[in-house]
Amino acid sequence: MEKIINQGDKDTRSGFGEGLTELGRSNDNVVALCADLTGSLKMNVFAEENPERFFQTGIAEANMIGLAAGLATGGKIPFTGTFANFSTGRVYDQIRQSVAYSNKNVKICASHAGITLGEDGATHQILEDIGLMKMLPGMTVINTCDFNQTKSATIEISNFDGPVYLRFGRPKVANFTNSSEKFKIGKGLMLKEGNDVTIVATGHLVWEAIKASEKLAENGINAEIINIHTIKPLDEDIILKSVSKTGCLVSAEEHNIYGGLGESISRLLVTKLPSPQEFVGTKDTFGESGPPSELMNKYGLNSSSIFNSAVNVLKRK
Amino acid sequence: MDGDLNKLVTQVRRDILRMVHAVNSGHPGGSLGCVEFFVTLYKKVLKVDISSDLNDMFILSNGHISPVYYSTLARSGYFKVEELDSFRKIDSRLQGHPTNHDNLPGINISSGSLGQGVSVGLGIALSKKLNNDDSLVYVLTGDGELQEGQNWEAFMFAAAKKVDNIIVTVDYNGQQIDGSTKDVLDIGDLKSKFESFGWKVLEMENGNSLDEVYSTLCLAKEKSKKGKPIVILMKTVMGNGVDFMMHTHEWHGKAPNDEQLEIALNQNPETLGDY
Repeated sequence: MEKIINQGDKDTRSGFGEGLTELGRSNDNVVALCADLTGSLKMNVFAEENPERFFQTGIAEANMIGLAAGLATGGKIPFTGTFANFSTGRVYDQIRQSVAYSNKNVKICASHAGITLGEDGATHQILEDIGLMKMLPGMTVINTCDFNQTKSATIEISNFDGPVYLRFGRPKVANFTNSSEKFKIGKGLMLKEGNDVTIVATGHLVWEAIKASEKLAENGINAEIINIHTIKPLDEDIILKSVSKTGCLVSAEEHNIYGGLGESISRLLVTKLPSPQEFVGTKDTFGESGPPSELMNKYGLNSSSIFNSAVNVLKRK
Repeated sequence: MDGDLNKLVTQVRRDILRMVHAVNSGHPGGSLGCVEFFVTLYKKVLKVDISSDLNDMFILSNGHISPVYYSTLARSGYFKVEELDSFRKIDSRLQGHPTNHDNLPGINISSGSLGQGVSVGLGIALSKKLNNDDSLVYVLTGDGELQEGQNWEAFMFAAAKKVDNIIVTVDYNGQQIDGSTKDVLDIGDLKSKFESFGWKVLEMENGNSLDEVYSTLCLAKEKSKKGKPIVILMKTVMGNGVDFMMHTHEWHGKAPNDEQLEIALNQNPETLGDY
């Protein structure tokens, strides 16, 4: 496989903004709602180009989710935008009843997910949202890894009929996926083949996994890297196929190890292919204020943590 | 016509009582208090043409009064009256609280967890504006339910964005599970609250009068599409039509026993045929 190259750092939320802008131009049924974070969510262009299809709800997320459920009832494809914390925990019951149980075609788009929100601290850094959303019956859960993937995911979910949680982040990170690749919901991506250990990563941890694999290679360990952007439904085949070859797995995510991607994978493995697994994620803790990169290091959400977990899991084979 | 409506009111009351009695659960009090509203809305007000997408739409926010909703829908032809017998039983589309999850005709959204229906109704109203659809959205909400903060987010939004194709009715019966609304958490002067939020307020003194429900809903329609959302404060008597269930919160969420059912049904003799 070709070496994976960073095309230049960009924030995933700008990928969402560009995707939404394209949808505004191509699909009259797409509407957008935002709870006073239009700039942060990069929804300005959509709002300027489609004032009649953009709804500023003010700081009132519960109402925003209800409005979206109603707009979907009226045949629209609503995209809601706010921080991940206010997109999920704050409005869990509204999503549960008015969106998920009611099977409404609402796209809940959540920026500033995880600890890389940075200086605002733990009140704003949700590390539980994947768990909250994946527990809802019928909810599709997507966590994109870079600008290109976030843009293509934003466009693709408009073609999918059903509730979706789309999770992305704040900081500028490596942009390395192929911009021309069509996003396929529920399909994992093989980024690098290897025989010794499977590393499954989502979101901002995918680039860290790529960096870890380079260091592992220097140490004679050939890691297979899989990017899982859709946490639910999980691409079980790509994971089982890989682990049947490597015999062990490391999961990596910017999320609590309780309730995240790693737990979904461990349920899969324990029922289909029992294998050693190590978890890279936050260890049942809240975050704190600080620069994103320093927080990633402090909480073990980086390439060296993935490297160490790979070395450890290999010993358990 | 009104003779027929009176018959239907009596039959819907019987349906409510028999449904909750059969499963010894459910909410007869609020259901009985809103029979005249539902019958009037579905038989005389809502414009629904099954060949068109451009129809009036109704959202029930206080989902616990599902018995009156189900009975009215069944007796308006949305599904067979016999299906009322499945209320709250296993494998039923008539869940304890209404849902579209199981494709029950006439239900557009799930409700039960309170305070969400006005937001949903506003979203539908916005979609109707985008679709150049002249029809209206009707929402019914409880009065105790207004203690939920989401309602006030929605009320603020509706006035600020001039969503004027929605008519919200508050079932103003003054009761909730724990007691009178005044005692539990006084919701205060609703009229001035709504007016200060920028809503056009209509007051209905007797929400258990078919004539008054009809005339107020007609007035609300006339006042719609004039830049302001409309709310009707509809005073009703919880448990209306069954003497021992009236003017108390006792029957909010309690089913009658065999003896009580017999007394209640004797006060409401069969008119259109029990399910």
